[in-house]
Amino acid sequence: MSLKAKIEDVFNEPACDKNQGKEAKARKKGCSKPLTPGAAAGGCAFDGAKIVLQPVTDVAHLIHAPLACEGNSWDNRGSGSSGSDMWRRSFTTDLTELDIVMGQGERKLFKAIREISERFSPPAIFVYSTCVTALIGDDIDAVCKRAAEKFGLPVIPVNAPGFVGSKNLGNKLAGEAMLDHVIGTVEPEDVSDYDINILGEFNLSGEFWSVKPLLYRLGMRLRVCFPGDARYHEIASAHRAKATMMVCSTALINMARKMEERWGIPFFEGSFYGVTDTSEALRSLAGLLVKRGADPALLDRTERLIAEEEARAWAQLRAFRPRLAGKRVLLNTGGVKSWSVVHALQEVGMEIVGTSVKKSTVEDKERIKQILKDENHMFESMAPRELYAMLSEHKADIMLSGGRTQFIALKARMPWLDINQERHHPYAGYSGMVELVRQIDIAIHNPVWETVREAPPWDAEGNVSGKDELAVSGSLEDEAITTPVRLFRKFAAATADDMGEC
Amino acid sequence: MAKIQNRNKAVSVNPLKSSQPLGAAFAYLGVSGAMPLFHGSQGCTSFALVLFVRHFKETIPLQTTAMDEVATILGGADHLEEAILNLKNRTKPSLIGICTTALVETRGEDFAGDVAGITARRTEELAGTEVVLCTTPDFEGAIEEGWSKAVAAMIEGVTIPGIRNRDPRKVAILPGWHLTVADIEHIRDVVESFGLTPVILPDVSGALDGTVPEKWIPTTYGGTSVEDIRELGTCSQVIAIGEHMRAPAEALRQKTGLPFALFRSLTGMKEADRFVTLLAQLSGRPVSAGIRRRRAQLQDALLDGHFHFGGKRIAIAAEPDHLYQLASFFVGMGAEIHAAVTTTGASVILEEVPADSVYVGDLGDFEELAAGAHLLVSHSHARQAAERLGTPLMRVGFPIFDRLGSQHKCTVLYQGTRDLIFEAANVFQANQHEHTPQSLNPFLNRENDHDSSSPSFTRH
Repeated sequence: MSLKAKIEDVFNEPACDKNQGKEAKARKKGCSKPLTPGAAAGGCAFDGAKIVLQPVTDVAHLIHAPLACEGNSWDNRGSGSSGSDMWRRSFTTDLTELDIVMGQGERKLFKAIREISERFSPPAIFVYSTCVTALIGDDIDAVCKRAAEKFGLPVIPVNAPGFVGSKNLGNKLAGEAMLDHVIGTVEPEDVSDYDINILGEFNLSGEFWSVKPLLYRLGMRLRVCFPGDARYHEIASAHRAKATMMVCSTALINMARKMEERWGIPFFEGSFYGVTDTSEALRSLAGLLVKRGADPALLDRTERLIAEEEARAWAQLRAFRPRLAGKRVLLNTGGVKSWSVVHALQEVGMEIVGTSVKKSTVEDKERIKQILKDENHMFESMAPRELYAMLSEHKADIMLSGGRTQFIALKARMPWLDINQERHHPYAGYSGMVELVRQIDIAIHNPVWETVREAPPWDAEGNVSGKDELAVSGSLEDEAITTPVRLFRKFAAATADDMGEC
Repeated sequence: MAKIQNRNKAVSVNPLKSSQPLGAAFAYLGVSGAMPLFHGSQGCTSFALVLFVRHFKETIPLQTTAMDEVATILGGADHLEEAILNLKNRTKPSLIGICTTALVETRGEDFAGDVAGITARRTEELAGTEVVLCTTPDFEGAIEEGWSKAVAAMIEGVTIPGIRNRDPRKVAILPGWHLTVADIEHIRDVVESFGLTPVILPDVSGALDGTVPEKWIPTTYGGTSVEDIRELGTCSQVIAIGEHMRAPAEALRQKTGLPFALFRSLTGMKEADRFVTLLAQLSGRPVSAGIRRRRAQLQDALLDGHFHFGGKRIAIAAEPDHLYQLASFFVGMGAEIHAAVTTTGASVILEEVPADSVYVGDLGDFEELAAGAHLLVSHSHARQAAERLGTPLMRVGFPIFDRLGSQHKCTVLYQGTRDLIFEAANVFQANQHEHTPQSLNPFLNRENDHDSSSPSFTRH
């Protein structure tokens, strides 16, 4: 299938509510809005593809490109690996001007694949095309095919050059590459009625490891958690699972739907963020498995585990209520995380003073609406200036967002917590929710806020007011502290968008 | 308010302390042309000397009265006299700073009388050299006390008494021992930027800042001049830094009537604000753009740095004022003090340390108490504890013998606080433990979960 046909196919996603709500003609145009030069934000399709596939741990990821695509972006994600660290190594063909002019790209790529296979012997190599190599017409499909035959390992082409579209499109194209070349290529010998797939879970900070033991305690077995901590052979045999859970709905919906089409694996969308969401996810997984032939006793087991774990989590969360009840949260992140985190925070008595719904589906918005009771608190996106104003006027006590809006909060001297992919704390599952709330507590109550909000004891010219009784015998520690004054500071309008979920 | 607790045990395991005479000698080393003299056996001097050299990587002038068996029985006054005269002849110091040791203090002599007798008898021979004495037995105190006593002794012995004509631009600074060369240099720059003239006593920045002189000098070179000590009464204000500098500041006030302002710490935004405000008021000048810029940089460092401190448990072992400075810094960044161990229990500052308890103990106690901390903060001798606990160590204080450049790390005012934030945050970042399937498994972590089932809150 040509890249163009592939993109059209990906855009025409029947499992996507948003897409199905559109006219036939509009549907064909796809879901990515045309970018406005000079006012665009977020990554490209290559970025999206690499984000999705990079956490696959034992694979060598080879980027066929001049330096920038890989050289400026590698080693930037915190997915956990329980095995190989191959995924953290950076491989690129680093094309030079001469390579491009002389048309040496394909040859260099082939050689690069050989060197990787000889020096590192990974179980597979993923080869990513990029703008330049797509433009000069390097046929990576052909090179991958030849290299796979020659070196005797799977070499998978990932066709998602940056210019074809947004990061989200790249996410989907990555899923397509797995569907076309990997899933179903290995037949597992240990199929059972309890095999499941988790799709769209990135195992950030290893957080899926707080969830996996829950699944195993219920007697479920993971065929693959994709892409977080996934190994090549697990993806290759993922088609034998009995049920799939989709974690990040916008990124890999095509993958889940096509696996259902091809191999009859039913899927549902769920989340491991939040106590009730985690329970709901476990329940749905058990339900699907029982429908597909698992012993119905699984349902009881699941309910028992949920009851125990919830009680435990609530007890731990309750301890934070006195410290956090009434604190106001501004959530500036997209996607599924909004509603699941909103719910969880309300559970400890925090007030949501705003949440972005930019990447949320109609269904997500509906859910948020029900929880918030006030639609005004939902916004599509907020300009940095507005965001800064809102924070510096102290209309919130903390902002939860991704790294890109970090400095808007910090420069407004406002507590901030990273809930996106660069974060360092595991937030999934029951224990993860407790960790998230603990981190919010730590951030809000850090004494540093009082210090940074304190105005200097002099005016704009540096003049100290009055000649106080400072030069006295004794100590100065009883000096009155000047009252905090917040200064409004303007700064360049950066992007307030929180791209980069999943 | 911290509870001060003594560790009741007979054996000291891995001492935290350095001895009191070492602290006194340290202070004398901050005077130009000085020669510290230990009144004790040779070993007292040589151990201190070796420790100084390991820390500063400099030749350290330090002499001994070399008490032998006979002198120990019959009295050491002769040895003292001989040592003073020899030092005078051979090194022509501007100041001989005597520190007594446990040996001679146990024997119990009238050192003040001995010294008075010697200087009276030898006026001619000793012309041009001040001789001061402080009693610093090893069996009490530590660096802090020794330093404080030596500074007080120099003021009492050298400074001209009485109310003098005061120069409104002259400010006396009495820094605690825990301020580094870089701290002193920075304080001098800031004071001078207000058009004020600082007289710093002791001034280790000139003496122990690691320069390469053109010729061999047997005494210290650089540091406070004896003349400046004599003329301290002509300053208009005294600024003492650290609670242990209260005694010298008080001595100076008694002698010259000069008022003093005591800063318990100069680390942290508030402390720096107060210091700078005082300078602005003394000088009548506005705060310069450069200092205001440093303050803004510190604000940003606080913002960028705080992520790494929130919820962290810090174990600190240090002398009282240093402990207070560091503990206040870490707590101000959102960390909590997991263990606080100090050398001696006498300082009033200990009650102000933001920790539940302050233990007077050693590094053996520290190792026990620090289990479970994210970061150890102490001098190089804590490295064994750090290794055994698998916890990173941030090296501060004295001695630091396995890292270079500790004297050039600034820890005070806006700039030093900023650097301290970065240093600690970088230790945290370099030692981030990756999560593993085991560490995150909710079932596995359940046993030890019980003690922390009420989640541990950060203390503020």
